[in-house]
Formats: sequence, structure tokens, C-alpha cells
Amino acid sequence: MAVELAKGVYWVGVVDWGLRVFHGHELSTHRGSTYNSYLIMDEKIVLVDTVWGPFKDELINNICEIVDPAKIDIVVANHAEVDHSGGLPAVMERVPQATLVVSERGRESIEGHYHKPWNFKTVKTGDKINIGKRDLIFVEAPMLHWPDSMFTYLTGDNILMPNDAFGQHYASSKRFNDEVDMEEVYQEALKYYANILTPFSPLVTRKINEVLALNLPVNMIAPSHGIIWRKDPLQIVRKYQEWAAQKPENSAVILYDTMWDGTHQMAEAIGQGLVAENIPFKMYNMAVSDRNDTVTEIFKTRAIIIGSPTFNQGVLPTIRPIMEDLKGLKFQNKIGAAFGCYGWSGESVGILEDHLKQCKINVVAPGVKAKWQPKENDLVQCRALGQKIAQAIKTGI
Amino acid sequence: MAKYRCTVCGYEYDPAQGDPENGVAPGTPFEKLPANWVCPVCGAEKDQFEKID
Repeated sequence: MAVELAKGVYWVGVVDWGLRVFHGHELSTHRGSTYNSYLIMDEKIVLVDTVWGPFKDELINNICEIVDPAKIDIVVANHAEVDHSGGLPAVMERVPQATLVVSERGRESIEGHYHKPWNFKTVKTGDKINIGKRDLIFVEAPMLHWPDSMFTYLTGDNILMPNDAFGQHYASSKRFNDEVDMEEVYQEALKYYANILTPFSPLVTRKINEVLALNLPVNMIAPSHGIIWRKDPLQIVRKYQEWAAQKPENSAVILYDTMWDGTHQMAEAIGQGLVAENIPFKMYNMAVSDRNDTVTEIFKTRAIIIGSPTFNQGVLPTIRPIMEDLKGLKFQNKIGAAFGCYGWSGESVGILEDHLKQCKINVVAPGVKAKWQPKENDLVQCRALGQKIAQAIKTGI
Repeated sequence: MAKYRCTVCGYEYDPAQGDPENGVAPGTPFEKLPANWVCPVCGAEKDQFEKID
């Protein structure tokens, strides 16, 4: 069902209540999502972004509530990822002559996805297209979060459509931030930032400063997932500035997996050491914990303490996925340490420490290894490790 | 001449190849790239590159 944002500007997207995994199975989406598409009725009729392919019929039906899709003049594809471009073939089939507005790199990626000779028009930052009473202004936002990413701004109603930036995987029967539980929305906005945008944080800061310098009035920020920021729309921009600075809280996260509970006992003892120094922590067994929720906690925290028993002269395979995130997400301002049990060869702690260093996580204390099941003396060392980490957090090392 | 890697997207600038599509001749060291040169893949600026050892 179409929803009016401003006179002649409509949300024609889709709510996906059932979505629980995204990017194939890479990202958990416990609260579903929405694919937001916007229809602008002016002298020219404009569609900004579409929806994921399986929902294309719903998109077309929503557009039909307002106008015959065959009358669309301009389609803007801010980003080629299929959750936003999947509806393009269905739309372009109905209006093959429509102008398809993309960034230069967007043309390459849209062509790479759909292999169609559509009527492309490439735009650069600052380019303007008059659509009647209003203009569309474009701002390229490369690597926020693909090379093609672009923001579209609608003058007159002052609506910024930044595609994935400022979005959240959050299904709702409501469309605006003043109508929903904002605690839930912020949890999802942070999870989105932590899991997708963290490695591009320096670019986030630059892009926000660049957009703010344009001095465009912003009445609404209408992203491509989740709710639309209508009440104090710049609140999410300020949040992004804060998140991009990656200033962690004084806390720790313990990540581990365990075979016969020895490494788990070590994890508990490290936690006791942290608590003794008044540093709060959270602990995750990575064999059974949601990877993406854990990434959100890692994003917030200062210290990452990671443990695995030695397994086939390496680490348990179940700890590997989160190690890949530690590397790929390029967290800043983190400290860390490693721990684990072993029976004979005992490589795991060294592998974990090397990995932390490779991820530019500052290893502030040597790891603790325990042979077979940890003895009291091993647990004493684990508590001491927790305390050392706590002291490093407090002294700002 | 050293190669440089874009820390944003992973593109490698190889001075031997240059970036002819964007007017940079083969043999141009990274340090001699024009100030307004950006990563041809993702648009990151020069200061986002790191030297490959």
C-alpha cells in the first residue's frame, strides 16, 4: 500500500516481515526488513530505487495505486545491489524508454547484473535534473557501501534518499520514526552500521561533512531499508558521526568455543578478572551465537578476548567466521588477548594472537594456555589476564 | 617503484601499469599521481592508500 511522505511523494516499497537472513545467509535480520522505493509525481514522474526481485509485483501494484507505471519518465537506481534493483526489469519492461539515472560505477554494476541496453544517464556529485516544480540533486557516495552508491536529494520537499545509508532491517506497519519504538530501530541501525559500514568509517565521516557543507535543508531522510527519519531527521546523521569515530565503551567481549568445557572455564575465569576490576563484559560461545549480533557487541566494546582449544594443530573451525569479521570489518581502537586449552601440540593461542595482530588489534597481554583441563593455577592466570585487560582498558592503552 | 593498496576496496596501484583510463601513464610512481587522482575502483582519495611492503 502506497504511503504519502509529502504532497506527491509516495513510499511504494514492500515490507518483508518474514526475512530472517539476508545477503544469502550472511546477515541475520531478526526483525525482518523493508525495501523502500519512492515515487515522485511532478511534471516528470520519477521512481527512486525499486525492491528485491521476489517482491516486484507488489511494487508494481503499489505504483498502480498512484499512476500507471508506463507513465514513469525517470528511474533512479542509487545502488545496484539486488534488494534495490531487483524490481528494475519489471519496471523497465513497462517503460523501456524511461531514463535510468545511475552513477558512473552504477552503470557498470547495473549492466553487470541485468545485461540490458537500458537508456542510462550517468550523473556525478552536484548534477541536477529538473522534474517540474522540483529538482533532483545527486551526491555520489562511493563505498557507502559499494563503489556505485549514490544519494538522491529532492528539492522543495527537502527529502534525502541516501539508499542503504541510515537504513535498518526493521519491518513495521508504520513508515516514520515518530510512529515506532525507537529503541528497536536504533538497535537495528547500529547492527546495520556495525556489520556493513564499519570498514568504511573514515569515508562515512568525510561524506557526512561533504553533505553537511552543501547546506541543503533536510526535512526527511528516506533510506532504502526500514523507517523514514521524519522527526529530527539529522539525529541519525549525528549518530553516524559518533559511530564512525569508533570510540568504544570501557567494556570487554569474550569470544570462545570449547570442546569439553576447558576453554569455557578459562573464559569464565577471565570474566571474573574483569569483574574484579569493575569492567563489564559479555561472553559468546561462537559455535552457537549469532555472528552479526556479536559483531554489534564487538563494535561497541574496547577489548576482544578470544579463545579456542587447539584442534588439528589449529583452532576450532567454529571460531573462524568471527575471525573473518574481525579482519574484514577493520575495527579501530581495539585491544585484545587470546586463551585456550590444548592436549599436545597447542597452537591455538599463538594462531589467535597472530590473527589479532593482523587485524590491528593491540594485543596488550600474553595469552594463557592450559594443558588438558585447566588446573586452579591456570584459572588464576586467566583471572590475572582479565585483570590486566581491565587495567589496560582503564588506562586507555 | 612501490605498489600501493587502497585500504577501502583493496585495489592495487601498480606504477608499472599506471592508470591509463584516467590519464596516468605507465611508469608513474604513486607519489607523482595528481592530487585529485582517486581510486579507479571505489573513488577513495590518495591518503586512503597504504604502501605494500
